[in-house]
Amino acid sequence: MTLPVRKFDAVIVGAGGSGLRAALELSHSGLRVAVLTKVFPTRSHTVAAQGGIGAALGNMGEDSWLWHMYDTIKGSDYLGDQDAIEFMCRMAPEVVIELEHYGMPFDRNENGTIYQRPFGGHSANFGEKPVQRSSCAADRTGHAMLHTLYQRNVQAKTQFFVEWMALDLVRAPDGQVLGVTALEMETGDIVLFQAKATLFATGGAGRIFASSTNAFINTGDGLGMAARAGLPLEDMEFWQFHPTGVAGAGVLITEGVRGEGGYLLNKSGERFMERYAPTMKDLASRDVVSRAMATEIKEGRGVGEHADHVLLKLDHLGLETIEKRLPGIREIAIKFANVDPVKEPIPVVPTVHYQMGGIPTNFHGEVVTPMNGNLEAPVPGFYAAGECGCASIHGANRLGTNSLTDLLVMGKSAGQAMIEFIRKGGIAHRELPAGAGDLSLARVARLDGQAGGEDVHEVRSEIQRTMQAHCGVFRFPDLLQHGVDKIRALSGRVARTQIRDKSRVFNTARVEALELDNLIETARATMVSALARQESRGAHDRSDFHKRDDVNWLKHTLWFRDGDRLEYKPVHLKPLTVESFEPKARVY
Amino acid sequence: MKFRIQRFDPDRDAKPYFKEYDLEPGPSDRMLLDALVRIKAMDDSLALRRSCREGVCGSDAMSINGKNGLACTTKLADLPNVVTLRPLAGLPIIRDLVVDMTLFFQQYHSVKPYVIDDDPMPERERLQTPGEREQLDGLYECILCACCSTSCPSFWWNPDKFVGPAGLLQAYRFIADSRDKATNERLDDLEDPYRLFRCHTIMNCVDVCPKGLNPTLAIGRIRELLVKRAV
Repeated sequence: MTLPVRKFDAVIVGAGGSGLRAALELSHSGLRVAVLTKVFPTRSHTVAAQGGIGAALGNMGEDSWLWHMYDTIKGSDYLGDQDAIEFMCRMAPEVVIELEHYGMPFDRNENGTIYQRPFGGHSANFGEKPVQRSSCAADRTGHAMLHTLYQRNVQAKTQFFVEWMALDLVRAPDGQVLGVTALEMETGDIVLFQAKATLFATGGAGRIFASSTNAFINTGDGLGMAARAGLPLEDMEFWQFHPTGVAGAGVLITEGVRGEGGYLLNKSGERFMERYAPTMKDLASRDVVSRAMATEIKEGRGVGEHADHVLLKLDHLGLETIEKRLPGIREIAIKFANVDPVKEPIPVVPTVHYQMGGIPTNFHGEVVTPMNGNLEAPVPGFYAAGECGCASIHGANRLGTNSLTDLLVMGKSAGQAMIEFIRKGGIAHRELPAGAGDLSLARVARLDGQAGGEDVHEVRSEIQRTMQAHCGVFRFPDLLQHGVDKIRALSGRVARTQIRDKSRVFNTARVEALELDNLIETARATMVSALARQESRGAHDRSDFHKRDDVNWLKHTLWFRDGDRLEYKPVHLKPLTVESFEPKARVY
Repeated sequence: MKFRIQRFDPDRDAKPYFKEYDLEPGPSDRMLLDALVRIKAMDDSLALRRSCREGVCGSDAMSINGKNGLACTTKLADLPNVVTLRPLAGLPIIRDLVVDMTLFFQQYHSVKPYVIDDDPMPERERLQTPGEREQLDGLYECILCACCSTSCPSFWWNPDKFVGPAGLLQAYRFIADSRDKATNERLDDLEDPYRLFRCHTIMNCVDVCPKGLNPTLAIGRIRELLVKRAV
């Protein structure tokens, strides 16, 4: 059976912040672009971002992109690629101003400029003191940004394929990417979307963990597709635990609470971050704050019946500030923690939030892979941006606000690179290889034909519990080794899943089973990469290798699905125009 | 607890029917969505949309004991022992709790939901005072869940002609924006017996909005502007 084919100049998979930003570039260029998304665009997970967009606008006092660059490199624990970081920090003010021009409802200062709040790890003058760099719309910045970008795409008449789930990459024998296959959820039809340039903007995979701030849809679809197509995943051992997820519920409470003056307390009512980070205190980097919280809990200074969380106090900010700057947080705390933060502190615990790793790219968003001796050979026609890509801007730990900055900068950059690539390539599409789409058809046929087998919900829960127990804030060698064994065994079970629902119409059981194929690749990449990295850096903290080891481990991990093979490549320590920031001890 | 869920798969069923599920919520099941996820684990054929599970993406709107709301922010503890769930009313059912939202989004798109300003953009941000920005509060927060429009009898009757509360709230969001230069064109577009004036201030929209927004108030403001413009 051959699949129906639809031809476009460009196909974008995912309609969150980076996908929509890239789509705007392409739509404005007059090229034919299709945006495939498994949820209506404004349901994408960018909508849940709260605190702000990092950019050295300097609206609140002196700031510079170079300070932002320093903070991002230091935040990355020196694993970030300095050329990509310079690129993002220099571009950041421009893309934030563009967003204002698109109609984003930013909060404002008395003089009419965009309001900016302090945020974790962002400092003035290379670590001297906190700086106000986060442009925001109350604590609903992601919502305001995603809707604004969608609205601009409505104006630009971008063509969306809503509730289409991408299944697999289509590659030519020489490796060039020629498009994707996708499943229309409403009808069950599978179509091949042929494109001269394909962008993955599929977001993260936080759902590999049991407790996560991430939406249900964050199943690492782009990562699974890339891995199945033989491409590596970079730095997957680095997962950010956000310090303040609502205890028990996992729902995010923005770092903006601490930016506006809130702070953390242990069971004695002590503001314990003063001990761990004397200068930045509660506004230290997220990995630092999460480890401090986990240490407090581990050493018996946690709060509650099981002493398993700490408290986030903000009542001293007063009703007016909370209502004006943090209204969404108040709503979430009342609904999910049963506390009104105007009066009481919020119970919080470090919760999986963001994947620093992803599909390896350069700062143009071009996917790169080792080929013929070149560790970073571009894969023609293939791009990745946003959380699913790894440029690597965030290295071993991302700073708060830099995710939205990344979406805008990399979305725009990838869009521009795609336009250039398409224009250079001429009018015709390359011929599709025989059997393009066979893999997707086989996957779906197996599911439809499978009688008896593993339950999708059970296998997924087992993956999530395993990741949570074996690959947490603190990592232990025996737990990691055991975790690798368990996840490999689970891979076998994923291959035997069955669904009872065989309907063609909006079959979400089928969608969840197909998502599981992606989840397991992400989980395996994470566990295998984490076991191999024998040092502690950023979000990766090994009990048996307690220090950062720049001699042996100042390098990026590349995991390949085939045989769980690992390769490594050097960090780009050379920025574009300025002097390198040499690795040094990280103190906040 | 007992959950009576309206089911319909056009591939198999001649018409919708109710299926009952018994479920004792566990200690970690706080919200209706938690219960639905557990029901789906038992019966994978139940179709529903869900994503953020914190009331910000707008996916899991449904009729809960006759009133529209989001499953992810409806507390199980606040529900009676028997819970009846139906898809949002007034839109075609695709399957089970999943409705076809095409008409809803067409109406949203029809109000030109973007700032219109054809002047060349300045090098920096356009300035807006905190007071001007405050005019957007209570408007921009809409999550497009469709709870309001699908509880509005006027929208049920004329979903193709009446913009509906969600679309009108957004129409006013751009009228109210000090950066938008198209107020007159926007008012022209809405000055129509159907697009705006089908609103009979029944106020179901205000009653059900999971974000606490007030479309009726926004519609009233548009009417006031039309009156002001006429005199």
